[in-house]
Amino acid sequence: MNILQTIPLNHYIMLSALLFSIGAMGVLLRRNAIILLMCVELMLNAVNLLFAAFSVHHADGGGQVMVIFIMTVAAAEVAVGLAIIVMMFRKAGTTDINLFDTLKW
Amino acid sequence: MILLLIPLFPLFGFLINGWLNKSMPKGLVGWVASLSVLASFGISVYLFIQLLSGANEFQFTVFDWMAAGSFQVDFGFMVDRLTAIMLLVVTGVGFLIHVYSIGYMNDDEDYPRFMAYMNLFVFFMLLLVLGDNFIMMFAGWEGVGLCSYLLIGFWFKNDNYNEAANKAFIMNRIGDLGFLLGLFLIYQTFGSFNFKEVMGMASTYPRYDSTITAITLLLFVGAMGKSAQIPLYTWLPDAMAGPTPVSALIHAATMVTAGVYMVVRSNVLYALAPFSSEFVAVIGLATALFAATIGLKQNDIKKVLAYSTVSQLGYMFVAAGVGAYSTAIFHLVTHAFFKALLFLCSGSVIHAMYGEQDIRNMGGLKKYLPITHLTFLIGTLAISGVPVFAGFFSKDEILAMTYSHSFLMFTLLAFGSVITAVYMFRLYWLTFYGEFRGTKHQLEHLHESPKVMTVPLMVLAVLSAVGGFIGLPEIFHAPHFLYNFLEPVAAGAGHHVSHTFEYVLIFTSIVVLAIIIYSTRNYYVVKGTLPESDAEEKGIARILSRKYFVDELYAMLFRKPLDVISGLGYRFVELGIITKTVDGIQEGINTAANGLRYLQTGRAGSYLFIMVIGFLALMIYAIIL
Repeated sequence: MNILQTIPLNHYIMLSALLFSIGAMGVLLRRNAIILLMCVELMLNAVNLLFAAFSVHHADGGGQVMVIFIMTVAAAEVAVGLAIIVMMFRKAGTTDINLFDTLKW
Repeated sequence: MILLLIPLFPLFGFLINGWLNKSMPKGLVGWVASLSVLASFGISVYLFIQLLSGANEFQFTVFDWMAAGSFQVDFGFMVDRLTAIMLLVVTGVGFLIHVYSIGYMNDDEDYPRFMAYMNLFVFFMLLLVLGDNFIMMFAGWEGVGLCSYLLIGFWFKNDNYNEAANKAFIMNRIGDLGFLLGLFLIYQTFGSFNFKEVMGMASTYPRYDSTITAITLLLFVGAMGKSAQIPLYTWLPDAMAGPTPVSALIHAATMVTAGVYMVVRSNVLYALAPFSSEFVAVIGLATALFAATIGLKQNDIKKVLAYSTVSQLGYMFVAAGVGAYSTAIFHLVTHAFFKALLFLCSGSVIHAMYGEQDIRNMGGLKKYLPITHLTFLIGTLAISGVPVFAGFFSKDEILAMTYSHSFLMFTLLAFGSVITAVYMFRLYWLTFYGEFRGTKHQLEHLHESPKVMTVPLMVLAVLSAVGGFIGLPEIFHAPHFLYNFLEPVAAGAGHHVSHTFEYVLIFTSIVVLAIIIYSTRNYYVVKGTLPESDAEEKGIARILSRKYFVDELYAMLFRKPLDVISGLGYRFVELGIITKTVDGIQEGINTAANGLRYLQTGRAGSYLFIMVIGFLALMIYAIIL
């Protein structure tokens, strides 16, 4: 009996939902681009956790494969995102996303 | 197989000159164009000789053109005796006019385009006469109409010329509608378009058959358009806007005679429909007289010749109408010679006068243009019907044939040829005799045209002088070559009139012509009377010089009502309905877009917010439903 299986699946789902909601609220409410990036990361990892939990629950390795993929994509995304944020900061001296609104009608 | 080559040569000439256009060396353009027609002429002569030595006809089917169920049209060529005569005229006279064009059009900036169009015209004309079915004929018929349009509007920078081109095209469309309906009726009746099959089946029909009458009448409507007969003749005088070689080739020698050719080609049908034949003769007679009287008072050298062409075409239709089909072709041939000659001479005169066409500003040109003068004189003698010249024989034959048909028609027609002689000699005396009335500048530069123009004139002059000998009247005890040659395909009425009548006819025509020549000379040269200026004209002269106000009448009857209808359509349908609908849709989209574009705030925050809302909405939707 795996130690992970001793914890009921419901708890994993609750935790994932909580983490995801915190991430989503952060994305919506915060204006600092770095925080935004971190919140996105939080959302991704909430999903990762869920994948891993279900993978164990169903005894199916597919979910863990997805986790590896998501981590790879997240790493790439952060690399690009941070590069953009660095350029933003050099240009405007701030990372407040609401100040960057010139691309409009 | 050799038949295919005849139209192919001019087609290649057209393609070469048309594609390479101005990148062709200028000297080569004329050669390509002329030699391609000469090659066709060579083959035509070869075929003609074959026919003379007993061959009956040649037939060659290139491919199946259209086939749908029982409907079948071949792209087939046929040369019988009638076609052979037409081929010789089209390619022979066509070649001379091409050579002449080398000199006449050489200075024009669009010279290669001109030559290409001319070749294209010859191609379509050959298609018209070579086709072995009505559809081929119709294809050529439309093709020559197109080329006529292109060449009338050749100098398209002048709006008047474009209007003349449009007029020719539209008038021809009216005629073509009749022609097309005739074709449909032919197919419905006989189930075939092939000349031989149709004619073969038609001969089983009784005379006075109403279907045949309808077919022939409809076909003749087509001929009215193409051959400029009342009431569709008004385009031809306006068509003189084109360069003069075009007037000579298309609007005198070949295209306008297509209607006559078509009637003669369908002579079996016309012979079965006496009413149609009578109608053809009456229209021809009316046109002959009507146009001749207008010709009396025209002052533009080309307009006189144009009305004379209309009038002469009327003569041909009278001949065809009274059943003398070979006579119609005879006059077609001699007319091609002398009218092409006259037009080319007028071109030479216009060339020398720097584009001047008004005979009131000419006069005394005999001294400066000796060759043109002499050839023009021969042409004038030929068209007036002075004995031994070409027109004498053909016109006398028409008169004789008409005499045996109806005395009234004969009298009117004879009167018409008197008018012909009067207006032609009026033109001749005013142009070449008397004092020079042009500007000083023109006088200093008067010159005879180059050899490349005068040689075709001389060849045509010789043909106009001796061309009549292909159809000698019986009293000369020589065989009537043309009648005998055409007998298998288009014999029509025999040409037997009493010898006494022939003698009387010849004698009176000589006397009358002598009087006309003497009195017109007296009036225009000795007394030096000049046509009055447009403003001074009054009474009949004014009516004649304004062409009986037919153009104005047509404008009032057809153009004005159309203008009114289209004006109403524009105001209510176009502006009221169509424009409003289209503009309304456009304005609606514009307003909506103007409102919606504020959604694009440019802030990443608001986009994220909307995205999350959207996801939530999707989730709720998925859960609830």
